[in-house]
Amino acid sequence: MAKQKVIVVGGGLSGLMATIKIVEQGIPVDLISLVPVKRSHSICAQGGINAALDTKGQNDSTWEHFYDTIYGGDFLANQPPVKAMCDAAPGIIHYMARAGVMFNRTPEGHLDLRLFGGVKKRRTAFAGATTGQQLLYACDEQVRRYEAKGLVTKYEGWEFLSAVIDENRICRGIVAQNLTTMEIRVFKGEAVLIATGGAGMIYGKSTNSTINTGSAASSIYQQGVPFANGEFVQIHPTGMIGDDKHRLMSEAARGEGGRIWTYKDGKPWYFLEEWYPAYGNTVPRDIAARAIYKVCVEMGLGIDGKNQVYLDLTHLDSKFLETRLGGILEIYQNFQGDDPKKVPMKIFPAIHYFMGGIHVDWKHRTEIPGLFASGECDYMYHGANRLGANSLLSALYSGTVVGPSIVEYLKNMDKTSLDVKSTVFESQLKLEEEKYRKICQMSGKENPYKLHEEMGDIMRENVGIVRYNKKLKETDEKLQEFMERYKNIGVSDNSQWTNQDIVFIRQLWNMMELARVITLGAYYRNESRGSHYKPEFDKRDDENWLKTTKAYWTEKGPRFEYEEVDISLVKPVPRVYDVDGRQGKKEAK
Amino acid sequence: MVREHIHLKIKRQNDPQSQPYWEEFKVPYRPNQNVVSILMEIRKNPVNTKGQKVAPVVWECNCLEEVCGACTMLINGTPRQACSALIDKLPDGVIVLEPLTKFPVVRDLMVDRQFMFENLKKVKAWVETDGCFDLGRPPIMNERERQFAYELSRCMTCGCCLEACPNVNSKSPFMGAQALSQVTLFNMHPIGKMNREERLEAVMGRGGIVDCGNSQNCVRVCPKHIPLEKSLAQLNKETTLHGILGWLKK
Repeated sequence: MAKQKVIVVGGGLSGLMATIKIVEQGIPVDLISLVPVKRSHSICAQGGINAALDTKGQNDSTWEHFYDTIYGGDFLANQPPVKAMCDAAPGIIHYMARAGVMFNRTPEGHLDLRLFGGVKKRRTAFAGATTGQQLLYACDEQVRRYEAKGLVTKYEGWEFLSAVIDENRICRGIVAQNLTTMEIRVFKGEAVLIATGGAGMIYGKSTNSTINTGSAASSIYQQGVPFANGEFVQIHPTGMIGDDKHRLMSEAARGEGGRIWTYKDGKPWYFLEEWYPAYGNTVPRDIAARAIYKVCVEMGLGIDGKNQVYLDLTHLDSKFLETRLGGILEIYQNFQGDDPKKVPMKIFPAIHYFMGGIHVDWKHRTEIPGLFASGECDYMYHGANRLGANSLLSALYSGTVVGPSIVEYLKNMDKTSLDVKSTVFESQLKLEEEKYRKICQMSGKENPYKLHEEMGDIMRENVGIVRYNKKLKETDEKLQEFMERYKNIGVSDNSQWTNQDIVFIRQLWNMMELARVITLGAYYRNESRGSHYKPEFDKRDDENWLKTTKAYWTEKGPRFEYEEVDISLVKPVPRVYDVDGRQGKKEAK
Repeated sequence: MVREHIHLKIKRQNDPQSQPYWEEFKVPYRPNQNVVSILMEIRKNPVNTKGQKVAPVVWECNCLEEVCGACTMLINGTPRQACSALIDKLPDGVIVLEPLTKFPVVRDLMVDRQFMFENLKKVKAWVETDGCFDLGRPPIMNERERQFAYELSRCMTCGCCLEACPNVNSKSPFMGAQALSQVTLFNMHPIGKMNREERLEAVMGRGGIVDCGNSQNCVRVCPKHIPLEKSLAQLNKETTLHGILGWLKK
């Protein structure tokens, strides 16, 4: 059999980790990335990565990490894969430290841990407040080492357009475009991994990077892979609201002692501490975001009458803050001007993370053989709400699962992509070339960036923290209207060299397709669970809705199916944070 | 004085072969803008000050919070990230944007910075791990040393230090502070230092540490305030010592 090859799309943490796992088995990888992989969005993660290392004398355990994650996710996550992730977490941190991550250390030189939201024990390893950057760089360095050995070939500045799927519904490669030369070509491979991250750009302004359009995930959704739990979008409570983007102020700020407050009756009011005495400022993100929303929007008590409250670090020692939160202090000071060591930061919730994503099984296989997904673009580990510092973990962990899963798939293959009829590749290539040519010729009146702005505005307004069915319905109608208006877009750039205009127009359509998945998924789910909150249905409804949403693409819009959640390890209980409501903290003996 | 308009003068170039030209744009002033948000504003209505509809300006950006390094360009002559160049903090008058000059132009403000990544290969900027499996607890590390190493590890390969360095130019093989400082970093790591000699030898030849002219421009422009002068001084000491020891062993 000819030499096998794997195509990894996405050079963030998950894609790089999977790459390392695959090349360690001697199998070469073609790595496709929109940007030089070192600039991937994983760098934006700040606060840390969870693992029950139990180095703080608190009797922590991987079971407790598992339970907190399931409880924090409002019991929507399948339990066995989450259990496996939490069990593997300490080993992953150990490896990352060996690979060069400069994690903060204790006075004895061991890995230091800090507190994060939704938990009672110190479980978060961190490298200042740039943990994602440090983890990504270590993976980038390891991959560069394999690149120097000839096992990895990087295609940076290339965009994934679609998967090549043969007549037996098996994935045989991809079609991608070089964003500089605009060349469109086929990459043949025995397996394809989509590790392309979240899709915050659908909301216009979010904490995400500009590359996080979800375009690749949307593309394979349109090719028949279901998108799961799209309605679960995390809104981070402490964002710095900007005109161009909402910058994140890490949850670590609260974990290290930061307090949220606003004025009530002329006096500071620490509303999280008052409402949630058991957890105080370190309640999970959905809880904190809703509380801040309530205080500002419903009670009208935002600072200076605006939608903002204080995140206050000024009572903490400045040297302590520098070594543990330096990265975010710098961002706040650079973009806002005030020194958070001296003046409380002004924050408001911001769109942050997609719990939902491409539907995969526990080995990260999609419903199409040969096509895999991992990282934020899958839906596996966070249920209805993600705990802080679990995203870096799930990104890396899913990489360590999908890598070996791909290797296993390769071993059991009977033919390679080279044995596949050339027409299979040619027809998909033609399809993408045709699509591209059509966009080049668009000469209508609509500006794609303005259309995108309008879509983002309405998504943030109606498909954010608080959701009403009437508004969701209206939003979906509006989205269909945008899709009509899309056809009337005019291209401003007619160059065939580094044309960012055409690329964005293509991504915009894919964003619109996913926006409908999110909006309609939210519309149908008549309950409140984790990040998904409907005042008209303000309770969790396990009887009807303890299930995974699966959206399938059809020409008329998404068609929904629902799937049982695996709750074989712990029983769902009501999720509360005013008292310690966790009932499965200790492992059943 | 409050600006009425934000007035940009941009050095544009259609492709690597063509000649650069200047184009100006005016955008109505709003507070709290930065250079990226203005470029985004322009693409919603790409019309220059002569009233001509033109192709939107091409530039790179990604994180918009000064961690990815993508949007580096010359702003009023200084290499820096466009996302953190706040309009309200720039001097009044025309804001001049140019592509970095030490890297080949791709189009407009976008340049090709690939050689920085290639230099990371030359200096072996990685830890030689045996594999990505669990080997138990990692070696301990002194927190004070860790803090210095962490400063160095925040380099985002943006290229500001190379742009500002008088010794990095088309006539010189000098690799610049970005790659050199990574040698100091990996030689501090408890496992990384096991391959210390290989890295030192990689920077002892032409284009390496001896070509540093110690102008210290790199430290002045580094957006992450990485102590590059200390990093390079430490490297200089190490290579000198390694050189003498190597000579004594002969």
